[in-house]
Amino acid sequence: MSLHQQWVAFLTLVVKEIRRFLRIWPQTLLPPAITMALYFVIFGNLIGSRIGEVGGFDYMQYIVPGLIMMSVIQNSYGNVVSSFYGTKFQHSIEEMLVSPMSSVVILSGYVAGGVARGLAVGFIVTCLALFFTDLRPEHAWITLLVVLLTAILFSLAGFINAVFANSFDDISIIPTFVLTPLTYLGGVFYSLDQLSEFWRGVSLLNPVVYMVNTFRYGILGVSDVNVAASLGAVFVITAGMFCFCLWLLHRGTGIRH
Amino acid sequence: MTALSIRHLSKTYANGVEALKDISLDVRKGEFFALLGPNGAGKSTTIGIVSSLVNKSGGEVTVFGHSLDTERGKAKRLIGVVPQEFNFNQFEKVFDIVVTQAGFYGIPAGQARQQAEKYLRKLGLWDKRDSAARQLSGGMKRRLMIARALVHEPELLILDEPTAGVDIELRRSMWDFLTELNGLGKTIILTTHYLEEAESLCRRIAIIDHGVIVENTDMKSLLEKLQVETFILDLAEPVTEAPALNGFEVRLRDERTLEVAVPKSEALNNVFQQLAAKDISVMSMRNKANRLEELFLRLVERNLPGESQP
Repeated sequence: MSLHQQWVAFLTLVVKEIRRFLRIWPQTLLPPAITMALYFVIFGNLIGSRIGEVGGFDYMQYIVPGLIMMSVIQNSYGNVVSSFYGTKFQHSIEEMLVSPMSSVVILSGYVAGGVARGLAVGFIVTCLALFFTDLRPEHAWITLLVVLLTAILFSLAGFINAVFANSFDDISIIPTFVLTPLTYLGGVFYSLDQLSEFWRGVSLLNPVVYMVNTFRYGILGVSDVNVAASLGAVFVITAGMFCFCLWLLHRGTGIRH
Repeated sequence: MTALSIRHLSKTYANGVEALKDISLDVRKGEFFALLGPNGAGKSTTIGIVSSLVNKSGGEVTVFGHSLDTERGKAKRLIGVVPQEFNFNQFEKVFDIVVTQAGFYGIPAGQARQQAEKYLRKLGLWDKRDSAARQLSGGMKRRLMIARALVHEPELLILDEPTAGVDIELRRSMWDFLTELNGLGKTIILTTHYLEEAESLCRRIAIIDHGVIVENTDMKSLLEKLQVETFILDLAEPVTEAPALNGFEVRLRDERTLEVAVPKSEALNNVFQQLAAKDISVMSMRNKANRLEELFLRLVERNLPGESQP
C-alpha cells in the first residue's frame, strides 16, 4: 500500500471511530458532562466554599484542571477499550486484518479515536467549568501538549486492556479497580503539600499525579511536581507503550489464532 | 498463472490440535475451485491463513506470485474474503460497512461510495443501504458480506460456506452471480457443504480431511473415480422382498421402494431388463445422493482412523 493509501485507511478508521462515539452520545458524551457538572456544584460550590484556598486559588479553581484531566483520561481509555474489544467480540476486527492496513495505521486509528473522544469530553467539561469559574491558561502550549500526550497514553492503555480481554468483565475490571483509584488519588481534589511526608511519597508513585499537576501548571501556573521532568516521562512512557502495542498487533496477540 | 499457491502449509493450534499437515495446493487464475471436507477437516484454517486471520506454523502461501510473508500488503489487496460467520458491526449501516471496507484498502471516499453503490445494487441491497446491519435477514447479511468482499475489486474471491442457511431461490441467484463473476475472470475458491453446489459451479476440486489433502483434481476426473452409483427406484406395485438381480446389490427400503447399487461397468438397462423379467414395473428413479456426495463420503470414510483401505 502506498503512503497515500495508508493515509486514506487511517482517515477511514478515525472517521469510523468518531462516528461510533457520536452515534451513541448519550452513553459517551452526556454522562461525563453530567458527572462533572455535579462535581462542580457539590465540591466546587457547596463544599469548596467552606474549604477555602488551596495553592493560592479558591477550591473551585484548583480542582477544575484535575477534573478536566480526569474526564480526558477516563474517556480516551474507555473509548479504545470498548471499541476495540467490541470489534473483537463481533469479529469485525477481521475487516481490518484481511485488508492491507499496516499495524501502525490500525493502532494510530484507534488511538486517534480515543484522543478525539477524550478531547471532545475535555472540551465539554471545560465549557461547563466556565459557568462556575474563570479559566485563563497560563501556559497554553504546555496545557495542550500534556492533555494530548495523556489522551494518547490512556488510549494506548485501553488498547492493551482490550487486546488481552476475553470478556466484557475484563474491560471493566481495570477501569474500576485501577484507573478510578489512580485518578481519584492523583491530586485532582488536593495538593500533595496537604499530605504527610509518607503519603506524599506514595502519591509520587502514581503517574496520574504528574499529568494532573502538569495540566494544572498549564492552566493555573502551579504544580506539585517538576513539569519538564513530568512531560519527558509521559512522552517516554507513551512512546514505549506505542511500541509495545505495535508488537502485540504484529504478533496477533488476542486477535489471531 | 497461479492465483494461489500453497506449499507445505501446516498449522498446530496452541491446544496442540494439528489442523493442517503439510498441505500443498495450486489454484490457477480464472478457476472456480471447490475446497471440500467434513467439519473440522481444516478448510477454514486454510482460508484463515490465506486471508491472514490465522498465523501459520509452517509453509508458504503466495497470491498471484506475492508471498504472504514478504509482500503481505500486495497479496492482501488481491484477495476478497467472505467468511462463514457474520463479522460486521451489527449496529452500522449497510452502506457505511461497505464504504469503510473500501477505505481500509486505501480507496478514497468518493470512489469508495461509487464502488459500494455498484455492488450493493448488484446484490440487491441498495434499498437497504441506510438500514442497520442487524435489521437484515440472514440471506441479506450474506449478500452484504459478498458486496463488502468485492468492493476493492479483488482478483481472488474466497467464500467460506457462502450459501449456508440460505433459501433455495437465493442460493440459485448467488450461484448465478458467482458464475457471472467467474466469467469476468475472477478466480473463485469456495468451501461448501452443499456438494451439488460444488458439482454445478466448480471445475476443480480438492478434498481435505484431517488436515490432509486426500484428493485434488478436476471435477470430471474425480467423478470418473466413482465406481458405484446408487439409485432409488419407485415401484408401481408393492413387493414383499428385495428381488435378486444378477450383478447388482439390491435393498428393499419399503414395499414400494428399492435401492440398487449399479457398478460403473454395468449398463443401467440391465437392471430394468431383470426387473421386467420379474414383472416389476418402475414408475420413477433418482440418485440416492448426488454423485460428488457419494464420492466424497467414500473418500472421507476411507480416511477415517481405523478404516481399512479399499
